[in-house]
Amino acid sequence: MIQSQREVDGPRDLDHATVPPDGRPLADQPKWRRDFPIDWAQDEYVSRRELVKFIVLTSAALTVGQFWIAFKNTFNRQPARLAGERIASVDELSVGGAKTFTYPEGSTPRLLVRIGTTAFVAYDQQCTHLLCPVVPAVELGRLHCPCHNGWFDLHTGRPLAGPPQRPLPKVLLEVRDGMVYATGVEESAT
Amino acid sequence: MPVPDALEFFIDPGRCIGCQACIQACTECDTHKGQSMIQLDYVNRAHSTQTVPVVCMHCDSPTCAEVCPADAIKRTEDGIVHTAQKPRCIACNNCVLACPFGVPKMQTRMNLMMKCDMCYDRTSVGLKPWCASVCPSQALAFGTREEMARLRPHAKPVNTFQFGRQTIRTKVNIMVPRSAATDIVDVTAAMHEPTIGHEILDDVFNDISDGGDA
Repeated sequence: MIQSQREVDGPRDLDHATVPPDGRPLADQPKWRRDFPIDWAQDEYVSRRELVKFIVLTSAALTVGQFWIAFKNTFNRQPARLAGERIASVDELSVGGAKTFTYPEGSTPRLLVRIGTTAFVAYDQQCTHLLCPVVPAVELGRLHCPCHNGWFDLHTGRPLAGPPQRPLPKVLLEVRDGMVYATGVEESAT
Repeated sequence: MPVPDALEFFIDPGRCIGCQACIQACTECDTHKGQSMIQLDYVNRAHSTQTVPVVCMHCDSPTCAEVCPADAIKRTEDGIVHTAQKPRCIACNNCVLACPFGVPKMQTRMNLMMKCDMCYDRTSVGLKPWCASVCPSQALAFGTREEMARLRPHAKPVNTFQFGRQTIRTKVNIMVPRSAATDIVDVTAAMHEPTIGHEILDDVFNDISDGGDA
């Protein structure tokens, strides 16, 4: 009676059908052999496991990222506490006039615009799209970024048209004794 | 659906008459894309008309899959080693060079290694592979061991091979005379004899036995 190979060896473990050349069990094999199994079933299992791992980790990272952004925004809403600084005198600018300044010292250029007899506004001069300097268009009540035709509201700094999505960071001002003082910076909320 | 365990493939080179029916039939297989996966080699053309058909032996530890850098060659649970997966195969030819039996064929037009998959579309539903169903002398036979023992009383199936230092167990059996003492077929034993189709220029196996790889 001729026996089939199966009867000699006993039933084959379908999960580990391929015997590595050295005959040792799969657990003793190098990692590459475990990661790249020859058997179809194991190969599919690894692919499925990799996919599940990828999905879980990616969505976890996205969730954590969302919470991080929300957390950051909650605490950045408050204007930064900075020492007040004199940046211009009232008489220096006519109504509709503008000048650049830095506040605090060493910051990116800020733009001070006189929009009324006692009304001043100041914003960061960098467009929130690609950091081009914005120019005031006081007669339109707007700030214009010529690079990509972006528009901001002169009174609030909110984006009105064009590519920018975020408002310009606002410099808080105080007019006292004919002088204009910067008292803080309100970072734009995303 | 896996190939039934009871059905096995038997190659009996002694019965081959070189009619090439298997080569033609092989191209008909639905999984072969019109390509023939069988090699029909002359043993020694100058002295004999004897031919040997070579189909994939479906090794327990397939060397082609071991050397595949793209993880493209897979073996199903029934032990059938399949053609490289098209999305993975990088047509590097490693498997073609590594296979002890010279089975994988590189289809350069498709950039895909294709090999005998024992007509998986047929054998997985219990039919014979094309070559075994057309072979007039049943040099390529597909059936149970009991059947073979009854039909070939003077031969015995052997499925262990020696290739250099590598011992290979295969799913496909080769029939050797029952009186033969050995249970192992040395694949490379005849390699030093010059043949028509395959000229071996480098004596790599002598180098190994001399310890030349140290």
